[in-house]
Amino acid sequence: MRQHPAPVLVLAVGNPSRGDDALGPLLADRLAAAALPGVEVITEFQLQVENALDLEGRERVIFVDAGVGTRAPFEVREATPAADFLHTSHALSPEAVLATYLRIKGEAPPPATILCVRGESFELGEGLSRDAAAHLQAAWPKLASLCAVGVAETHA
Amino acid sequence: MSPAALETARNKDGLRRVVIEPLSRVEGHGKVTLLLDEDGHVQQARLHIVEFRAFEKFIQGRPYWEVPVMVQRLCGICPVSHHLAASKALDQVVGAKHLTPTAEKIRRLMHYGQILQSHALHFFHLSSPDLLFGFDSDVARRNIMGVAAAYPDVARQGVLLRKYGQEIIRHTAGKRIHGTGSVPGGVNKSLTVAERDELLRDIYQIVGWSRDAVRLVRQLFEASLDEFRAFGSFRAHTLCLVRADGALDLYHGGLRARDADNRRIFDHVDYSRYWDQISEEVKDWSYMKFPFLRSLGPEDGWYRVGPLTRVTRCDFIPTPLADRERREFLAFDEGRAALATLGFHWARMIEMLHAAESIKDLLHDDDVLGHDLMAGGERQARGVGVIEAPRGTLIHHYRVDENDQVARANLIVSTTHNNQAMNNAIREVARRYLDGRTLTEGLLNHIEVAVRAFDPCLSCATHAMGKMPLSVQLVDADGTLVDTLVRG
Repeated sequence: MRQHPAPVLVLAVGNPSRGDDALGPLLADRLAAAALPGVEVITEFQLQVENALDLEGRERVIFVDAGVGTRAPFEVREATPAADFLHTSHALSPEAVLATYLRIKGEAPPPATILCVRGESFELGEGLSRDAAAHLQAAWPKLASLCAVGVAETHA
Repeated sequence: MSPAALETARNKDGLRRVVIEPLSRVEGHGKVTLLLDEDGHVQQARLHIVEFRAFEKFIQGRPYWEVPVMVQRLCGICPVSHHLAASKALDQVVGAKHLTPTAEKIRRLMHYGQILQSHALHFFHLSSPDLLFGFDSDVARRNIMGVAAAYPDVARQGVLLRKYGQEIIRHTAGKRIHGTGSVPGGVNKSLTVAERDELLRDIYQIVGWSRDAVRLVRQLFEASLDEFRAFGSFRAHTLCLVRADGALDLYHGGLRARDADNRRIFDHVDYSRYWDQISEEVKDWSYMKFPFLRSLGPEDGWYRVGPLTRVTRCDFIPTPLADRERREFLAFDEGRAALATLGFHWARMIEMLHAAESIKDLLHDDDVLGHDLMAGGERQARGVGVIEAPRGTLIHHYRVDENDQVARANLIVSTTHNNQAMNNAIREVARRYLDGRTLTEGLLNHIEVAVRAFDPCLSCATHAMGKMPLSVQLVDADGTLVDTLVRG
């Protein structure tokens, strides 16, 4: 574990070459460019078990992903540990990453929020769909706000 | 009845259709369909791969130097394998017949890191729930959290083994994902002393845990010998790379094909003309092709690749602990474990141990700190790169035009090589466990256990939330939905 990790971690998930699956990475790129103090951004194709170790020492975690069937333009919800490994463990849900942390560390994970942005099409080689581009624009201020609140919490 | 007899039912009238879609704990989208008659006897069993198209088109028209980076987006689980196979193919295009010692060793280090993390993920998180608790145990417990609760040390070691492999990749490829370390003709970075020392700090623990994992699989075999021995097993031709002296080599070598009795079909074949030995057949019911050995024809020439093939068909493993485990594996149960489909898991852990030992050796080799990174030569129009990826032999083949753009690409991935073998495995399981019985979640999971033994990567990395619902559908022969079983 690093000595002083940034208190707010943003874990963005998605494949930039898979159409609207790029929503997570694109928001991550924008956030990284903004270089907000106290915020670290990690981008992954998929969440995996070792991402539980990225949560160590954090005050707040924000998961960012594209969603199918998500209410447009995006949804925000709190995440709690849950062992929902039933569909696939090649890629974990945010809740399963939190549950992995709980199991291997024996302590509660940091509070976590999910920002799920609606995607429409996920074909290999496709760019972002027009609808998803609009959802991204709508989601960006929300992500910035979630980060700001997260940083403020650490100073409270 | 042979497994092949279940590829197509003789008469489909009045058969009941069972669809398992997608397979749980299998990368991407896969679907199994079973056709059952009125008495519940299996008349047809097929594994369908539904998303393997467009890879080659994705690459065509791109400048060749972009390819090793962009092919990593084909797969979120083994991007390094595509990164290295593409680099090896494009080494030939830039005329680099021999890499510098530093470049080759950095690439090998990256590859062993990938093998370590992928095998750890597969065993500890995908397959160990089935193996530790039983194939038809409580589905709510049969997952990694169940393993974590019952075997906390095993679960924790799985996470840390995977993490260590990822750290190797980060230091050699430059980033956790979308690494750029390997380029046509060599690599663009070596290790610093600080990076080498950081990786050295934990490697002896990693070797120890890897050896413990091999022993755990052995114990699982000993505890359920009858079931493990027979589960989904069948005779198969095999294909893998081997080093010039016959040793296991996951990074480079010649092609070796053996029959089910381990007799030579061909050996030490230069893979740059792989099409002289391997062809592909298309079947109208599957998007994925069926490769076969040309000399044996499409009917009999199908083969199996991957850890079980590599460990049982090499002459030796060039690291001492893994080779000792290989010999014990081959001798166990009078050689029957080495023939069993579930032997994949044991072989996979032996390879993980080999990868850990190889990483240790490379970290003690000062060439990984060198600065002579690139080689070159006379430009060529074509390149073929072959590597033994975690799931098996991976072929990348490119033709590059005078504008340095990829004019043609052909990729044969491990899962495609194993297409027929996986189909045979599920037919064997369907015949043995499902035939004539009332279907339950536990019984259907037997099919998935057989598929998971091969560790297929059925698609690439799209995992948006809500993208992978799991349902089992019972459909009448006339297409009417009779029942649906949803998990999760």
